[in-house]
Amino acid sequence: MALALETDALLADRLAGLEAVAKGATQAARRSAAARVADMGLPTRRDEYWKFTRPDALTVAEPAAAGALNLDESPFDAANPLTLVFRDGMFDAEASDALEGENLTIDLLSAAADIHWAGEIYGTLETAGQTPVARPLAALNTALATEGVLIHAKGKVERPVLIRYIAGEADVILHHVVKVDEGASLTLLETGTPGTRSNTALEVDVAKEGAFDHIRTQGRDHERGLLSHTFARMQDDAEFKSFMLTANGTLTRNECVIEILGDNISAHVGGAAIGDGKDFHHDDTVFITHDAVHCESRQVFKKVLRNGATGVFQGKILVKPDAQKTDGYQISQSLLLDEDSQFYAKPELEIYADDVACSHGSTTGAIDETALFYLRSRGIERREAQELLVLAFLAEALDEIADDDLRAAVQDQLEFWLRNLKG
Amino acid sequence: MLEIKNLHVKLEDEDKEILRGVNLTVGEGEVHAIMGPNGSGKSTTSYVLSGRDGYEVTAGSATLDGEDLLDLDPEERAALGMFLAFQYPVEIPGVGNMTFLRTAVNSQRKARGQEELSAGEFLKEVRAIAKDLKIDPEMLKRPVNVGFSGGEKKRNEILQMAMLAPKMCVLDETDSGLDVDAMKLVSEGVNALRDGKRSFLVITHYQRLLDHIKPDVVHIMYNGKIIKSGGPELALEVENNGYGDLLAEAD
Ligand SMILES: Nc1ncnc2c1ncn2[C@@H]1O[C@H](COP(=O)(O)OP(=O)(O)OP(=O)(O)O)[C@@H](O)[C@H]1O
Ligand SMILES: [Mg+2]
Repeated sequence: MALALETDALLADRLAGLEAVAKGATQAARRSAAARVADMGLPTRRDEYWKFTRPDALTVAEPAAAGALNLDESPFDAANPLTLVFRDGMFDAEASDALEGENLTIDLLSAAADIHWAGEIYGTLETAGQTPVARPLAALNTALATEGVLIHAKGKVERPVLIRYIAGEADVILHHVVKVDEGASLTLLETGTPGTRSNTALEVDVAKEGAFDHIRTQGRDHERGLLSHTFARMQDDAEFKSFMLTANGTLTRNECVIEILGDNISAHVGGAAIGDGKDFHHDDTVFITHDAVHCESRQVFKKVLRNGATGVFQGKILVKPDAQKTDGYQISQSLLLDEDSQFYAKPELEIYADDVACSHGSTTGAIDETALFYLRSRGIERREAQELLVLAFLAEALDEIADDDLRAAVQDQLEFWLRNLKG
Repeated sequence: MLEIKNLHVKLEDEDKEILRGVNLTVGEGEVHAIMGPNGSGKSTTSYVLSGRDGYEVTAGSATLDGEDLLDLDPEERAALGMFLAFQYPVEIPGVGNMTFLRTAVNSQRKARGQEELSAGEFLKEVRAIAKDLKIDPEMLKRPVNVGFSGGEKKRNEILQMAMLAPKMCVLDETDSGLDVDAMKLVSEGVNALRDGKRSFLVITHYQRLLDHIKPDVVHIMYNGKIIKSGGPELALEVENNGYGDLLAEAD
């Protein structure tokens, strides 16, 4: 199934065909999503949040060809995760662990019963995330997703769940739903590239005092394009964390939309990206809405770019009138290793409450030549000295990962990728 | 050991000549001191010797044990045994002092075809040296020079020097910013490295340091040149009379 369609006529066609596939618990959501896509149309360069990233590659009928590289190893072996493997967007039961674990249930989207808890979440968070900024490709995902996992954390889930993607030649649309019950917790890891071109959605609903921790690494399959959506909705005292590590990729866009609806919530999103070459394009687009008191949110994004690579950060904090005592922090920084590379930042604060502390900052800088000389004068080779400075620059973003072992795993992955950029 | 001949240096981006024919030879195991008024070119000399960007050598040469230094990258000079204790040690947020030191030691060993130090050996050595220099072990865990006091930064330079065991040590105003006790510690650290082979070039404004680190030769630099060289008594003369007469003679 093609990811998205070139013309409105084709789109209408495809959406009409949906009746046949839309069944079960998600049927209504899919129909309404299809109607919304038809209404919104696909994104174009004229849309406010598509100025710096061309949507064409995501909306043409056929994806660009890509070699089946699958160079991404999983960096998370040491965490002994419950592993779910997706190959070309399809669940590979043989390569996966059994869909069961302590304090949780896991179902496949394709096999969900007609009445399923996910029916109440599937497409609901995505729909809420369409205001005030339209995200047609997210609605398209809800309408057309062929597979995904539905994870219900009913208590503290100690063993992390890992979704491992292996890509051949396929256009992939996946839609995962996570529900974290009151006081429950879950760590979700993702690694690899789902398809030649992928549109993924992850909807996370965290109840009171629940905690959700998410880390994704995606690296050396350079030719592949990915648009990921993360939608989160949270209630009182909940915690949400999401971190993405990216190396390479001709087009990666990670959209993250978080709705803070309960008091005393903390939501942290962060990412580190390293890109090499003119055809590298990486975009983090974040929208956090505060609609409750005493909540804290952080956005920490860092990119290292060289040889003409492009980085984009669009981050917004919206503080609604009643969201007093909001503590919102946002930083986006890029380190440009040469003059050909570029970083576009669009940091936004929109605040309607008066008793809040919000700050944002964005910087673009070159390598510190004095520091580089200092390191080299001690005998450290230029390449290695630069690597130390790059890692130092990215450290602040990696510090967003709370778990020491997982942070170390991501750090190792990053160091490996730094030394082996471009395949 | 170190031989600088008729060294002329200008700024790369500006038509400004800073060194105008420096001649200086430091023999094996010798300690030389350079004194001279502010802006005379002392730090520039040390930077050019260690390979900092931004300077252009227009004439002359500098060799270490016969090897031409000026064509080499900073890291290659370091591997040959050149070391500069910076007048202003650089803060590097995000790079741990230990990681930095270990990477430096092992890079040099690798460049010289030696085996890397194991983590254990390395730790033992750093701890011992840090103790002698009264460097708090907590400081070793912090990022390089970040939040260090002026004196702590200088001691950290000497720690690096001791770990790297270079042949030729250039110390640029290592005494400035040190309290009396720290000056003694640092001097002892330097003296401990004097083994009859290792050579030192000590840039300083004060005779006081030279009471602790006894120089064989004292040079006065002015306006990009060595205008006078002599024994330790030359430093005393500067301390007592200032540069007035010496500079008048030179001008
Ligand atoms: N990168 C530079 N740009 C501009 N001027 C420079 C640069 N480097 C050195 N200079 C100039 O060259 C001259 C010599 O400077 P240098 O730092 O070598 O002096 P110094 O003898 O070490 O002085 P001090 O005793 O104050 O440390 C000064 O006039 C200084 O301003
Ligand atoms: Mg100086």
